[in-house]
Amino acid sequence: MAKVLRKVEMNQGRTSSSDLATDFGISDDRSLELFLKTLPGVDQVGVEARAAELATRSIKKESKSWAIDMAISMVDLTTLEGADTEGKVRSLCNKAHRPDPTDLGVPHVGAVCVYNDMVGIARSHLDAIGAKEIPVAAVSTAFPSGRASMEVKLRDTRDAIEAGASEIDMVIDRGAFLSGYYKSVFDEIVAIKKECGGRAHLKVILETGELVTYDNVRRASYLAMIAGADFIKTSTGKVTPAATAPVVLIMLQAVRDFFDRTGIQIGVKPAGGIRTSKDAIKQLVLVNEIAGPEWLNPRYFRIGASALLNDLLMQRMKMRDGYYASSNYVSVE
Amino acid sequence: MTENVNPFAYAPAPESRELVSIESSYDLFINGKFVAPKSKKRFVTINPATEEVLSKISLGGKDDLDLAVKAARRAYESVWSKLPGKERGKYLYRIARLMQERAREFAVLETLDNGKPIRETRDTDIPLAIQHFFYHAGWADKLEFAGNGANPRAHGVVGQIIPWNFPLLMLAWKVAPALATGNTVVLKPAETTSLTALLFAQICIDAELPPGVVNIVTGDGSTGASLVAHNGVDKFAFTGSTEVGKAINRSLASSGKPVTLELGGKGANIVFEDAAIDQAVEGIVQGIFFNQGHVCCAGSRLLVQENIHDHLIEKLERRIEKIRVGDPMDKNTDLGAINSKEQLQKIIELTQSGEIEGAKAWQPDCALPSRGFWFRPTIFTNVTGAHRIAREEIFGPVLSVLTFRTPQEAIEKANNTPYGLAAGVWSEKGSRLLWASRELKAGVIWANTYNKFDAASPFGGYKESGWGREGGRHGLLPYLTHSSTPRVKPSKGVRK
Repeated sequence: MAKVLRKVEMNQGRTSSSDLATDFGISDDRSLELFLKTLPGVDQVGVEARAAELATRSIKKESKSWAIDMAISMVDLTTLEGADTEGKVRSLCNKAHRPDPTDLGVPHVGAVCVYNDMVGIARSHLDAIGAKEIPVAAVSTAFPSGRASMEVKLRDTRDAIEAGASEIDMVIDRGAFLSGYYKSVFDEIVAIKKECGGRAHLKVILETGELVTYDNVRRASYLAMIAGADFIKTSTGKVTPAATAPVVLIMLQAVRDFFDRTGIQIGVKPAGGIRTSKDAIKQLVLVNEIAGPEWLNPRYFRIGASALLNDLLMQRMKMRDGYYASSNYVSVE
Repeated sequence: MTENVNPFAYAPAPESRELVSIESSYDLFINGKFVAPKSKKRFVTINPATEEVLSKISLGGKDDLDLAVKAARRAYESVWSKLPGKERGKYLYRIARLMQERAREFAVLETLDNGKPIRETRDTDIPLAIQHFFYHAGWADKLEFAGNGANPRAHGVVGQIIPWNFPLLMLAWKVAPALATGNTVVLKPAETTSLTALLFAQICIDAELPPGVVNIVTGDGSTGASLVAHNGVDKFAFTGSTEVGKAINRSLASSGKPVTLELGGKGANIVFEDAAIDQAVEGIVQGIFFNQGHVCCAGSRLLVQENIHDHLIEKLERRIEKIRVGDPMDKNTDLGAINSKEQLQKIIELTQSGEIEGAKAWQPDCALPSRGFWFRPTIFTNVTGAHRIAREEIFGPVLSVLTFRTPQEAIEKANNTPYGLAAGVWSEKGSRLLWASRELKAGVIWANTYNKFDAASPFGGYKESGWGREGGRHGLLPYLTHSSTPRVKPSKGVRK
């Protein structure tokens, strides 16, 4: 492993990750490990109690309407199946653009998230239907396991960007992380970030369900942020548990603390297991009370989901019309 | 969306008031019935969040207490002492279930009468009160295993006075063990918070509890003093201020009556440098702002290791800015109203002394309702051990922050108080937690948490925080006597 980090050009005027690493006193394996292990611990009982307490917030009336629209605009509408087809991806793109064709007041979603080979189809279809503003996110780096050579991971990323992805959802090497090879995980993120260059936003998937402990979640969050992540994301959606409230809480606390220390605002993306409007609103409460209202913006908070969107739409109709419609009144992709 | 206003300010989410019906006035509950007070006196009880008059409460006098004590004596001798434990247990289970069915009603009533947030009455006060009845129901037929000999006996009639900070919960802490151990009860609720006790009286009727087993005599300090002085009471239990506790103790000295006192505190919450800092911040907030700081075991003195002081205070202040102060009936309210004007005055007086003595006060910039009794969450830094705010119990949402350099110094400062009710320790080092919990002179020590309660866990203090324990096996003991111990005879004068 290289002893000195490569200088990486960052998009959006972000300090280069090597400068950041220097700020955090990180220059090699040893200093990175020391840094991560001196982060304050997380008390499991305490964080779970706090998350449970915030889950009792009661969001009603105009706050609820606002939250539903905000949640819709934060959805990374996702399909990540072996059975994905061009038809499926196109219909997902239409849904992303006009979630409810009968109500043009519904905002479009945050992004469409697909596998590498579907990026071009999604991009060209979105452009064709006049939805140029909706980015395509590609899962990358041998998603979901990340078990491939670095060369393959870089190529995977470059392919997606060349096909039109402007957001890259990469996975970290959990095996390396759990073995304590933090620098290896770090270097991979730096390299993928370099590949993204100024062309794509980088979301780093921690796969918290495999990291298991809350201390690991905090360490992985910091590792990813210092290495150059624009977003830290909980999960691939292929592992349970995924975006549990305490995990999201810890990641939100991490981006807040990182911002206070560096002035750099990193986004958070929970993914997996958020299926109902109630779940989504609980996520927004966490954002509001842990990271702060500055994160209540699709630029800094996304929700990786598929079924969630229809539930949000049905809640929205209910708030508008005063009664629950059947699920036949929202489209199935 | 405007730039500076948070668009996600939660809309009001008030709990419905329609669940409760409050009578325009209440009688005393004596011998299984509501009876008008012989004193003919009544006083108003208000909602401290709005100053709205809720009802008129009877002011029990000496004659009323005579009736109540006589009813309790009769119930003890004719019914309750003759019932086998398993039968007493059934009554307690029945009370618990009836309370459970009406839990939301109790929660709303408590919030209206006390001013504490509905989130707390709904999620803490009422469920815990119910748990105390379930827990003690289980003990009723197992008292020979309580550790007080093979044939433990009840005292007879127990006099109980409870405070206003957790009205129904304190009632449960007192009544449940007394009934489980076979005693009968005359209870006086706090002057400002009688309503849930009176609803509990209705539960006793619905549970068909034999008349006289529980008697509830509402009133003020004079009613309490008469109960303390009453010859017909065999055992006394009090929760409240140290000042009143001392007076009770003086009054009962040489009477031979067993007394339990659960009094004030000035709990130390000790945060070591290796603590899980975000959860410590939560614990500090929970420790001092839970129930507006109207908690005898509140973590009102924060002892923080000097090398993390600034960082911790910064995080704490940001967290406190998120505390939602306001309408206690709103489900999103974190901090409700101060229980009474008198208490508010006391908090104001003590915080002023803090500023005069040179401590630095900080409060978030939150709006307060125009009516009712309110106080912003407050933290004082630059506090030294000699400040009044570091020594006296404020009983409000006011935290005094002190620093220490070494673990030994932390313990020394934590123990440097006339009180000894509760303390908290925050550290990721197990050995340090165990060491600190041995060294601290406090009845309850929380490790990496604060203000957690359970019916199975004994609660009580050292030094001026009182004596005796409530809850758990230990909490049964003050209500039991050895069969070989002669019971205090009630004086003839009472049995007219």
